[in-house]
Amino acid sequence: MRAIALDPNNRALVNVTRFLLLAGGLFFWWLSTSQGWLSPFFFGEPFGVLKTLIRWFTTGSIFIHLYTTLLETLLAFGIGTVLGLAVGLGLALNPFLAVVTDPFIKAFNSMPRLIFAPIFALWFGLGIWSKVALGVTLVFFVVFFNVFQGVREVSPVVLANTRMLGANSRQLLRHVYMPSAMSWVFSSLHNAVGIAFVGSVVGEYLGSEKGVGYLILLAEGVFDMNSVIAGILLLTVFALVLDIAVSQFENHFMRWRPVSGETVAAAA
Amino acid sequence: MNMAVASIGERSAAQDVHPALCFEHVTCTFASNEGAGKTYTAVHDVSLTVREGEFVSVVGPTGCGKSTLLNVAAGLMRPSSGALSVFGRPLSQGLNRDASYLFQVDALMPWKSAEDNVAAGLIFHGKPKAEALAIAREWLVRVGLDGHGKKYPHQLSGGMRKRAGLAQALVLNPRILLMDEPFSALDIQTRHLMEDELLRLWSEDRKSVVFVTHDLEEAISLSDRVIVLSAGPATRPIAEFEIDLERPREVAEIRMTQRFLQLHSAIWDVLRGEVLKSYARNRS
Repeated sequence: MRAIALDPNNRALVNVTRFLLLAGGLFFWWLSTSQGWLSPFFFGEPFGVLKTLIRWFTTGSIFIHLYTTLLETLLAFGIGTVLGLAVGLGLALNPFLAVVTDPFIKAFNSMPRLIFAPIFALWFGLGIWSKVALGVTLVFFVVFFNVFQGVREVSPVVLANTRMLGANSRQLLRHVYMPSAMSWVFSSLHNAVGIAFVGSVVGEYLGSEKGVGYLILLAEGVFDMNSVIAGILLLTVFALVLDIAVSQFENHFMRWRPVSGETVAAAA
Repeated sequence: MNMAVASIGERSAAQDVHPALCFEHVTCTFASNEGAGKTYTAVHDVSLTVREGEFVSVVGPTGCGKSTLLNVAAGLMRPSSGALSVFGRPLSQGLNRDASYLFQVDALMPWKSAEDNVAAGLIFHGKPKAEALAIAREWLVRVGLDGHGKKYPHQLSGGMRKRAGLAQALVLNPRILLMDEPFSALDIQTRHLMEDELLRLWSEDRKSVVFVTHDLEEAISLSDRVIVLSAGPATRPIAEFEIDLERPREVAEIRMTQRFLQLHSAIWDVLRGEVLKSYARNRS
């Protein structure tokens, strides 16, 4: 009966199955809402969502919101990453400061930082900066801990060898610590992209005048479930796009890293 | 020794007085990880000299503190007591700027290509990048890595990584080369190739070499002098042998000669006792 073996390396088969899964899910959603098994009031319905999306894009009303959310996210992502990188490198290379600040950093990290949103709204107003600030506090710690770890994991032999080659401390930072930390940073950036979106959207949700989070809040206020789902879909797509962009950067900058199958055996 | 002195030329007068490396009563004691207050003495009261242009091998049982001596020579570690001088100047702070160090394990920067790795030392010393890369490429050709310069370390085989490491160490034209069991991870054929390669490169300008190994055959076939260390802890040199085999040498062939076998059995007589001691100590 099964003519094709279920081979996970068969790209075409995998993609077709994925598409079927997606189409099947959408079909059951449509079927159950149109047949009245599920109330479209609570669960929306696929064509309504599609219509909402088309309306948003054809009238162009979505662009200002999308632009705001993306701008906040990118700013939070950029500022958080740079700060995390700088502080991570600084603390990892200064053991005294690292020990002194350790309990504070642990406390800040375990704090539910979304709670800062109202404070940031007071400090930075209802514009984009309160959302950026919230995103930064989220992104910063993810990147910071990875850089910190990355610097500590530098191979002592590579370090000793590079020192023997005559590198001063600034050159060590640039040629050893930074590249070594970068592989950790990139793995954290995938998390950071998603978290930066959380920061902006939650910030918008709690108080703003534009942005996709604000749109979702408005739609929820009038029980327009289709718009809520359309907003969520839109955010998902853009988070995926950003994640792919990070992967592209990663592949470019991390091309020195062994990829399984490419590595030559140890023997000559 | 005489031949080496003659080939150096103008510095020859000064260097009889100032050997390349001179260990004076060097002792290295570490805090032991067995418990607080306990200490572990890796090397004890080591006095030895390495003359300019001399290839010295240091052999000893596993874990006897051979690497500790190299780290002291490189300036990566300070002796607890005693002193080290390099060409007559005491090394009391910083690294030994006259020395390059070839480590036992791979020490290439994995994020740099082979040629960038070799050029790195020159760039650290202030050479413009283009010039450094040109010199690095020349060196890659000399160690037999022509055409592999753009590859990253993980794309090279173990032997090729060692060649790149050798180029990285030699490109700075150091007066002293410190080598810590550099070929121990290679298979035997690659190892013989690398040993010949090392002798060929060394014979071009006769740097002072300290070559640490646990392989007696390797030590004899490469060196001018072999120093035998006692079993740890508190390692010290217990014997020295001049290796009067003719140069240039072919490592695979020289192992068949009568003189080689004589030297081998003479040194092994001394070394065997230490190896047994070390074995007994590690087992208990």
